[in-house]
Formats: sequence, structure tokens, C-alpha cells
Amino acid sequence: MFDDGRLGMTGKYALRFVSLGYLAVLLVAPVSYVFWKTFEHGFGPAWEAVTTPNAVHALKVTLILTAVAVPANTIFGVLCALAIVRHRFPGAGIVNAVVDLPLALSPVVVGLALLLLYGREGWLGGHGVVFALPGMALATIFVSLPFVVREVVPVLREIGTEQEQAAATLGASAVQTFRRVTWPAIRWAVAYGVVLTTARALGEFGAVSVVSGRLAGETETLTLHVQDRYQSFDEVGAYASAVVLALIAVTTLILMTRLKPKEETQ
Amino acid sequence: MIEARGIVKRFGDFTALDGISVEVPTGSLTALLGPSGSGKSTLLRVIAGLEHPDEGQIILEGEDVTRVAPQSRGVGFVFQHYAAFKHMTVWENVAFGLRIRRRPRAEVKQRVTELLDLVQLARLGDRYPAQLSGGQRQRMGLARALAVDPKVLLLDEPFGALDARVRKELRLWLRRLHDETHTTTVIVTHDQEEAMEVADRVVVMNAGAIEQTAAPRELYDHPANEFVMSFVGPVNRLGDAFIRPHDVELLLEPNGSTQEAMVERLVHLGFEVRVELVRDDGEHLSAQLTREQVEALELQRGQIVYVRPTRQTVFTAS
Repeated sequence: MFDDGRLGMTGKYALRFVSLGYLAVLLVAPVSYVFWKTFEHGFGPAWEAVTTPNAVHALKVTLILTAVAVPANTIFGVLCALAIVRHRFPGAGIVNAVVDLPLALSPVVVGLALLLLYGREGWLGGHGVVFALPGMALATIFVSLPFVVREVVPVLREIGTEQEQAAATLGASAVQTFRRVTWPAIRWAVAYGVVLTTARALGEFGAVSVVSGRLAGETETLTLHVQDRYQSFDEVGAYASAVVLALIAVTTLILMTRLKPKEETQ
Repeated sequence: MIEARGIVKRFGDFTALDGISVEVPTGSLTALLGPSGSGKSTLLRVIAGLEHPDEGQIILEGEDVTRVAPQSRGVGFVFQHYAAFKHMTVWENVAFGLRIRRRPRAEVKQRVTELLDLVQLARLGDRYPAQLSGGQRQRMGLARALAVDPKVLLLDEPFGALDARVRKELRLWLRRLHDETHTTTVIVTHDQEEAMEVADRVVVMNAGAIEQTAAPRELYDHPANEFVMSFVGPVNRLGDAFIRPHDVELLLEPNGSTQEAMVERLVHLGFEVRVELVRDDGEHLSAQLTREQVEALELQRGQIVYVRPTRQTVFTAS
């Protein structure tokens, strides 16, 4: 494209500088700062901060919510993607649009909606949903719903229906076709969707904040605990819990990349 | 035998098959030939059970399978774009149908080895489809379809995505394969040369209906109507008459029944030469001559010649 070549080199370095600089300022700097603040006074205080009963309980709540939301949204997500791509039914377009709603709505609005619907005065209210784990699970599921669907839909579109038809003419039932033909084609999209869902579920703040009631040691998740500690001027406690969150997310990501075989070429 | 009786298939307002009835004799190799949109692929998919007809019946070897799922019809289907299972090796692709049927491991191994030999892919069994050429992928598709001993083999434009040379090779190869296996086979194609070369019987389709069913030679020599005449080979029109380019004789002097024309272009095709002519009323026609004939006439561009049809076909309006 460039006759001169030097211009090409300049362009290449400029591109690298801009993209790496952007990542450094917006991602690496704040995260590094959190890590640094956590271990500023050594490992001891940080460990103490994350092993207080409230911090441990908050971690447990976060893990429970994630363990509920991720499998639910994975199964629903795959079924929903299959319905959107493979079946022509009235309202498929609406379903496709509604799936994106959690991305567009502010989580606080979601929390408020759940509060109004399931709260003491709500239509379906009064049965220990709000200010308890069920409500928080609903909020977490809601906000982390789109990811698996969004990852799987384009892959299903791309692989088309011919392989599935071929499997059918060779005698495979719908279940056998899904297991042997469709699933192997979409599993990495599902895995990536699961990672995104997990990250979202771990990090959710707004919606859960509204429906939880924020009772330390009861309905406090790790993200809520971080804010609680920060507002109580316990900086080490806040940063240390943030580091725990970051470590869980990074571990998920590493596990996923580890599971994925190196050659996944078309 | 495959029988389709009064098949109607509509997609919304579009009628893809308009009451088609056709019989494919056991052991034959029949081509469904027609332009795109003629309904030939839809008919094949209806026979396989991949589409459900709105009306009519499909009968395979005497059994009405109209309501039977594709899984239980015992058909082998070969797709234009291969439909290879991308995450499986060639070997696993071919073994798929046998494994679904839970055949013993030794039998699967023997059968797949046999088939890979048959389609000349024995040494590529552990490759993935992405590592094969188009021709190899389609041979794999054929082996995969044949693995389950289908009652009928259905091929949907199987060579349509391949380049011309490979296409010709595979055509010949398919014909030889059929002569060995005698599996009742239906091949869909829009290429008249392919249909004529490979099939014993050709069903010419147009706009969701059948125009003519005949052996290739019969089809060429005695086309039932204008559509078939012009679809199965090049054709000139002189008034009401249809003339094949090789039935056009060129003379240097007029003689009663001849028509005057000017040589517009000489196209050398090896042994044959196509002479493109234009008549004084602006009508174009072409004549197919041998090189010797062109040299004997000393034809030149711009020369005036006299055209005489040696054989022509006139269709009476029905």
C-alpha cells in the first residue's frame, strides 16, 4: 500500500502506540493501582481483610449467585439461540431484540423493576424474594442473560443447516444431531459466552444493590462488600476484596483458554 | 423404484413444484435437468424428506414414505457444498451413519476402509475436510452417503461448486461407480452436458413442471417442445424452424432454398469451428463446421455466404 515503506513502518508503530496506550491508561493502570494499594502494607493486612466473616460471607454469596446464573443462562442461552436461528416462529424477531434488553437497560432500573414486581406491594410479592437470595439471583440472571445467546447466534447462522440435514439423512435423531454435529461447532462460542456471563455475574453491582437490601453478612455480595468497606474508610478491605474479584475473573478466563485446543482453524 | 405422485410444493406465493409426477426405475441413473428455479432441487429434497410436499406422495420401493422422516427413508444425500462435518476427520465423516446405527466396531472399520478405497481417499482418512480440495470433499460426501447402503442415492448439483476439469473427471467417475454399484441414483444438474453424459434418463424440468422425460439421445434428437430443444443444446431459429448449429450447411452460391448471411466471427474450438453469422434482417445464427470445411470454403470475416439447413425441427402449437 505504501510505496515508501518507511511510512508503513511509522503507521504500524503509531497504531501500536495508540492501542497499547489506550489499554494501559484505561485497563492496566487502574487494576495495577488496586493491586498496589492492596499489598501496600504487605500480605498480612490484605489477608486479614478478606478473611473477616463478612468478607467470606460476601464471597460465598457472590459464588452462589454466579453458580445459579451461569448454568441457567448457558442452558437458556443455547436453547434461545437455537430457537432464534433454526426455527421460524412468529415473534422470533421480538425474542431476538428482547434478549439484548439487559445490555440496554441500566441495572438499577432492573433492580427497581424486580423490587416493584416482587416486593411487599408488588404483583408477585411478599414471599421472601426481595432482600434475599432469590431476588438477587433473579437480578444476576437478568443482567448476565444476553452473553451466551449473543455468542452462539452468529456461529449457528454461519454453520448453516446443511450439516444438520446431512446428519438427518444419515439416520441421526435430533438429539444425536445436536450432540454430534451442532454442539461441537458451537462449543467454543458457548465457552466464551460462559466466561462473559461469569464475569458479568461476578461483577454485578447496580441491580443486586437495589434488591439485596445490603445487609452485611447476609445479603451482601463481594462487589457490595467492596463499596461497604470503602465507605467505611477501610481502604485495604475494599482493595483486597476487589483483588479477590479480579482473581476469580482472571482464573475463569485462563481456564477457558486452557481448555480450548490450540488449533481451531477453519 | 422412486415414485413421485402429484407433488405440489409452495414457498409462500411461489409454487416450486406444480403437481409433479415422475418415476425413477430401480438401478437407473436419472438426471433432473433444468434452469435454476425450475424446482429440480426442491423435488430432490422432497424425495429425501428434507422438504414436506403440500400435496402428493413419495413412494420408495413400493412404500409410501410421504410422512416418514428423512432419518428412516434409507436415502443417501450429497450436497452441492459438501455439508462436511468440519470437526470430524474424513474417516469419522464416512463412519458417521454406521456409528449412529451402532454397528460393531470391526464392521465400521471394514466398511469405511472399503469406501475410502472406492473414492480414492484411503490415505487421507485422518485429514479434516478443511485440508481437502473441493473434489476430494465431494468424494468424501459420496462415500459418507454410500456408507449406510442407501436404497437410493440423491445428488444435489454435486459438482456445481467445482472447477470445469475436476467436474468432468468426477462425472466420469460417478458413471463408473454407478455401473459397479447399480444404486438407484438421482442427480440434479443445470448443466445439460453433465446430464447427457452421466445419466440413462433425463427429466427436463421448467417452472415447477416436467417438460420431457427421455434417454439423452432421444431428448436431443426428438425434443418434445421448444424449451427442451433449446435447453439441451445450442439452437438457431429460422422462422418457425429450430436448427442445431451442426445441421447448418454453408454454400458460396445461392440455391433456391438458401438464405443470405454474412460471416460475423469465426471461433476456433480445436477440431471444430463455430461460424457466427448475421442475416440481412439482423437475425443472428451460428453454424458448426469442421476445420477442413472452413478451409475448403476459405471463409473470411465479412464474407457473404448462403445458409441451408440440412435438418430442422418445427413444433406445432399445442
